[in-house]
Amino acid sequence: MSQNLENSNQDSLISVRVIDIITALLFIVVGLVVMFGSLKLGANWSSDGPEAGYFPFYISVIMLLSSAVNLYQAAIVHKKTEAFVNKESFKQVMAVLLPAIVFVLGVQLIGIYVSSVFYIAFFMVWLGKYRIWKAIVVSVGVSVTLYLLFEFWFQIPLPHGSWFNPLELVGVQ
Amino acid sequence: MCNKNYQLKNEEKDLKKGFKLEEINALFNGFAIAMSPFNLLLMLVGVTLGVIIGVLPGLGGANGIAILLPLTFTMSPTSAIIMLSCIYWGALFGGAITSILFNIPGEPWSVATTFDGYPMARKGKAGQALTAAFTSSFVGALFAIVMITFLAPLVAKFALKFGPPEFFAVYLLTFCSFVGMNKGSPFKTISAMMLGFALATVGMDTVTGQLRLTFGNPELMRGFDFLIAVIGLFGIGEILLSMEEGLAFQGAAAKIRRQVVLNTWAQLPKYWATSIRSCLIGCWMGITPGGATPASFMAYGVAKRMSKSKNFGKGQMEGIIAPETAAHAAGTSALLPMLSLGIPGSPTAAVLLGGLLIWGLQPGPLLFVEKPDFVWGLIASMYLGNIAGLIVVLTCVPLFASILKIPFSIIAPVIIVICAVGAYTVHNAVFDVWLMLGFGFLGYLFKKLDYPMAPMVLALVLGDRAEDSFRQSMLISQGSLGVFFSSYVVTGITSLALLMLLWPLIGKVLKKHS
Repeated sequence: MSQNLENSNQDSLISVRVIDIITALLFIVVGLVVMFGSLKLGANWSSDGPEAGYFPFYISVIMLLSSAVNLYQAAIVHKKTEAFVNKESFKQVMAVLLPAIVFVLGVQLIGIYVSSVFYIAFFMVWLGKYRIWKAIVVSVGVSVTLYLLFEFWFQIPLPHGSWFNPLELVGVQ
Repeated sequence: MCNKNYQLKNEEKDLKKGFKLEEINALFNGFAIAMSPFNLLLMLVGVTLGVIIGVLPGLGGANGIAILLPLTFTMSPTSAIIMLSCIYWGALFGGAITSILFNIPGEPWSVATTFDGYPMARKGKAGQALTAAFTSSFVGALFAIVMITFLAPLVAKFALKFGPPEFFAVYLLTFCSFVGMNKGSPFKTISAMMLGFALATVGMDTVTGQLRLTFGNPELMRGFDFLIAVIGLFGIGEILLSMEEGLAFQGAAAKIRRQVVLNTWAQLPKYWATSIRSCLIGCWMGITPGGATPASFMAYGVAKRMSKSKNFGKGQMEGIIAPETAAHAAGTSALLPMLSLGIPGSPTAAVLLGGLLIWGLQPGPLLFVEKPDFVWGLIASMYLGNIAGLIVVLTCVPLFASILKIPFSIIAPVIIVICAVGAYTVHNAVFDVWLMLGFGFLGYLFKKLDYPMAPMVLALVLGDRAEDSFRQSMLISQGSLGVFFSSYVVTGITSLALLMLLWPLIGKVLKKHS
């Protein structure tokens, strides 16, 4: 931990303060969206009781107030200059997040089974530096297990791909 | 006069006795239900799965159960809840394994266990440390279950008289407790909570039938399911955090010999005072939604202050007993308000509550009257499940420890795939998998900026019900907030809630004065 703090200022990408401010601002934006949404629905009292926007309106008011305090504290009171994330950790986080996004896109387009094979194998070869054949054995193993578990045992079909179902190529449904 | 009084007292006594007997009868009925071979098998499966989930990074009690929930739809509700709650007990046990052997808390509530557990393991006393941890977990859980057995029916009976204002006051108390109990910024807690409430309102309004805050997007009509949020926040978020820390597991060897277990057990009664204190702290923090994590830290702190030994942090036995007892007691007693009031005390209890709703059971005081088999089957299974848990963890530690030898570069993608499967199966919608990813990033951000996740999850779960009771109260009073101060009970609960809400402020003032 202490090592982290020492290194943090050298290769710091962005400070906690900036992220804190951005997050508080995003909260305020969400609060405003909810507020306008509920005003549009009607946040008043109608003949049959409170309207649909009555409760969310007050939620948005509280959210705006507390987020304003958060913004004030982040920007003026605390001024945390330490790093939110340094270069190395940022790379690591992105190394999980970006492939995960591609994976979910894959789930949507070509189904979960084939995407999982690619995703797990890619991860193992790229980050784990495994031999390709090992990666293929593990990833295909996981995927086949998933297929058997869900399609046969639980009888819950998982996504097969909205654009193209690669399982058709090998003759399974 | 005196005679009459005496008679009345006697009658009261009889009533109390009758009541206790009634519970014990019901409990035995529950045992009969829980003891069926199928349910016993489910218990073992659940506990084993739970320990594995507790050991693996990125999977924990809350999201592990959330992922497995859709698979139980075809089971009977009693069997399903027995399996799922056993997963929870397993996860509570499992957290200790990684903390002691690898200095990596598998669950947030076992962070305090690392302080003394890991030093002990490095001194070659891993067996003792693990035995102490598991046994005290068991003791904490047992204490909480006994309390649930006798207290939950009383609370439920009392709550049968509750109307909408009382229920809203209890919701208020739940949420204000988060503000009062949380160590971080109260405003961040409130913001996170309100985000949960706001997300809960998205979709169809149950009262007027209008679509709310969907902005014309058909995918949003379903609303935000909290199961997706739990899987994303606790699963993907956790993986991102572990990745950032660049985890490399280096652990002590794990093996528990029978002699070590017996020797440790012989030592444990010495620490009875620490044990009882931690049980009480745990139960209190579990019922009020403080949760297992603060309970474990608090118990550790108290044990350290009360002990004469200066060995804390270097491998003191009490340093393991205190947090483990408290965490397990808190984790278990979080089910008390869930069962008796329909208000969960922790995210995991919330997921179980979500399960009840899906199986068509209405959690709350009526559950004890309408579905006694279910309730008492569950309570009986808590006793059995924890015994099963203790046996499983004591005998299979090497097996579970070997799971951690699987490198992170295999575990991480597999867990993300499992989370994606779990998120998809909730509504059979790929859109939910995208949402899960979004919540995952949010979880990472929240964790790093000290926004608490539990209040947001509970707000998302309880949002609709809290809103319903608020609207009904407003209808009763024609829009006057005075309804929350209209009777002794509701005034008491509301005032307590406000006290909790203002606690950070009161605490500050008190500190200044002293």
